[in-house]
Amino acid sequence: MKWKSVLLALAVATPAAAQDLTISCRCVSDGVNSALADWIKESVIPDFEAANEGVTVSLSEFAGGDEQLTQQLALDFSTGAGADIAGFDGFLIPNFVEAGLLKPLEELVGPQVNDWEGWEHISDGSRALMSYDGGTFGIALGTDVRMIFVRADLLEEAGIDPASFQPNSWEELLDAARQIKEAMPDSHPLQLNAGVPMGEATTMQGYWMAILGTGESIVDEEGRYIVESQGILDVLNLYKTIYVDEELGDARAQQLGDGRNRTFANFRDGTTAMLVEGDWFYRSVTAPGSEFEVADRDEVMTWAKMPAMEPGAGWNGQDYVTISGGTGWVVNPNTDDPELAWELLSFMNSKEQIDEFQTFQPRISIRDDVEVPNEPFLTETSGALLPLTTARPNDSNYNAVSAEIQRMTEAVVSGQMSPEEAMARYKEAVTEIVGEENTVSLM
Amino acid sequence: MKRFSLLSARAGATFMSPAGLLVGAFVIVPFFWVIFVSFTNRSLLGPTALNPDFVWFQNYIELFTSGRGVEPGTFGFSLILTVQFVLFSALIGQALLGLLLAWLLQQVPKSVKGFTETMVIGAWILPEVVIGFAWFAFLDYDNGTLNGILDALGLPRGDWLLDYPFWVIVVFNTWRGTAFSMMLFNSAFASIPPSYFQAADVAGASSWQKFRDIGLPLIRGHVVTDLILITMWTFNVFTPFLLTRGGPGGQTEVLSIYTYRVAFRDFDFGKGAAVGVVVMLINLAFALFYLWVARKRTPRKEAT
Repeated sequence: MKWKSVLLALAVATPAAAQDLTISCRCVSDGVNSALADWIKESVIPDFEAANEGVTVSLSEFAGGDEQLTQQLALDFSTGAGADIAGFDGFLIPNFVEAGLLKPLEELVGPQVNDWEGWEHISDGSRALMSYDGGTFGIALGTDVRMIFVRADLLEEAGIDPASFQPNSWEELLDAARQIKEAMPDSHPLQLNAGVPMGEATTMQGYWMAILGTGESIVDEEGRYIVESQGILDVLNLYKTIYVDEELGDARAQQLGDGRNRTFANFRDGTTAMLVEGDWFYRSVTAPGSEFEVADRDEVMTWAKMPAMEPGAGWNGQDYVTISGGTGWVVNPNTDDPELAWELLSFMNSKEQIDEFQTFQPRISIRDDVEVPNEPFLTETSGALLPLTTARPNDSNYNAVSAEIQRMTEAVVSGQMSPEEAMARYKEAVTEIVGEENTVSLM
Repeated sequence: MKRFSLLSARAGATFMSPAGLLVGAFVIVPFFWVIFVSFTNRSLLGPTALNPDFVWFQNYIELFTSGRGVEPGTFGFSLILTVQFVLFSALIGQALLGLLLAWLLQQVPKSVKGFTETMVIGAWILPEVVIGFAWFAFLDYDNGTLNGILDALGLPRGDWLLDYPFWVIVVFNTWRGTAFSMMLFNSAFASIPPSYFQAADVAGASSWQKFRDIGLPLIRGHVVTDLILITMWTFNVFTPFLLTRGGPGGQTEVLSIYTYRVAFRDFDFGKGAAVGVVVMLINLAFALFYLWVARKRTPRKEAT
């Protein structure tokens, strides 16, 4: 009798049960991307629940690295699991779409996605960050730019004026590093990411920033992958100079599992004077209250543009180079209620919520009706670097090729291979991935 | 001739069917599925996730004819590395050390024996993740216990995980697995009648002579069993991943880590499945050899 009533209660209760939605992101309160987690928990969730009675939203905080997140997302999405709204790096979209793991919003939710007021305030370029092959799969949180972060106090100690510091070639960059190394022999003055453990951070903050300085890219104008070129050799020789020949950088940090945090700690502790990173490093990693907070940041931390190998020799004939990516949110095609999930996603990206986000972490929003925060760093860097920037190829093979780039740089940084050997192996591996017809040799 | 049975064949089959269905669904189907996938270029991401092609033996051919020879990151490298890993950490490390410990423990006071056994078995029963982290902390360059000890002794510190990754996982696996061999040999030695040793003592034999002429010959069967079992286990062990993640530069990418990397980091299911099948065949060879030896041993044991 008791059992029956319990079963009955369950049967009755289930259809009327509150609806549950989950958001996931690589964000943890008091950990990585802390502001993002706090914003969702303190603003997005309470406000959305208040506006939608009976709906419960929870945040799943992912504390692992970017590579592990990719693994988690791929496995979740392919097995029908995962959060309804997932924080997502835009460069992975082609790969997921080709595998059938993402669906265009229009198809998943319905044509009403096009009626969202927000699209009018988002530029086509920003919308493209989460698009592929004519479909839009989510909404970006913002784009980013990359630069050299500089410890002004260390430069001063080495006799370099930080206010006017702007290397105009790789040689000038290396000379500055040498000068600092001489003044502080125990320091690792210059850090340019390499190696497998850092994953995409190696490719974006390291290899791309260097290869663009040679005037080349990873693909040619026709989208074929460059597997052999003077540019690749120049980049690998730059790595060799920094990590092997002159030990200007911390090579261990590029090989250890927790290497990226090591580079952050080096910068915080004043053993690294110049670190090539994205603006995320400023907005989140070194922000007040975070683990790698740089004490007295406004005084000791400044930035410089990444120079081309020689003035004018950079990508597009530029003197300085940078590259942008974009992270945002996608709707998981496995969601039980795509319409409700979309409602939450568009709510997160409403003007009110993005305005609220600015109080957690000032950032240049992709919505043109959200005020640009009064942060000199953000306005200066985006003003100087956005006109110079480019993006990764929107191609489903990119992720696999990027992994080979990481292996190639690691082989050089660890001293295992010469640049020529590493490039030969890269050629072999990339040809295996994309097929010979999609590769090109520039030598 | 009618054999006696409690149940009719039909009733027996009915009782068997739930277990049979479970075994079928969770063992046999995946088994053939893996073999099937190994003949395709199926992946988790990218176009071949939805429309994989049947590529026949291409995955297998690629494993054995990599254009990159046996450099780190290739199947060939991982296979050779795994053989070396088994040789040093299982056969030389675990078995030899286990044998030595077991022998020495025969001749020490009971309290020392109990203490040593507890320590060694502790290393064996602790959860893998816990000891993985403990070893990582022990070997860390900047704040590791080992370098702390070396500093205190005035010896040069080492960058163990980066400079000697292979020896790190060898020592680690030896430390981890010695307990099994020790316990097995311990009980084997205990089964030898004490009178043999007493007689040898009367004749004035040294410990080495007793070991060589009495102990070892009488436990030879146990030694073979032990060697085969630890070879199989070490061949498949994944724990080194917790220390080195297969790095640096793929230098510690033993077969189990290689399989994981190909299938779940590069998401190349076809190639990953092919590696799985090859590893399975190797294990099958070990297992058959083990069964053959075990069967050969039995009659001789009855004779003694």
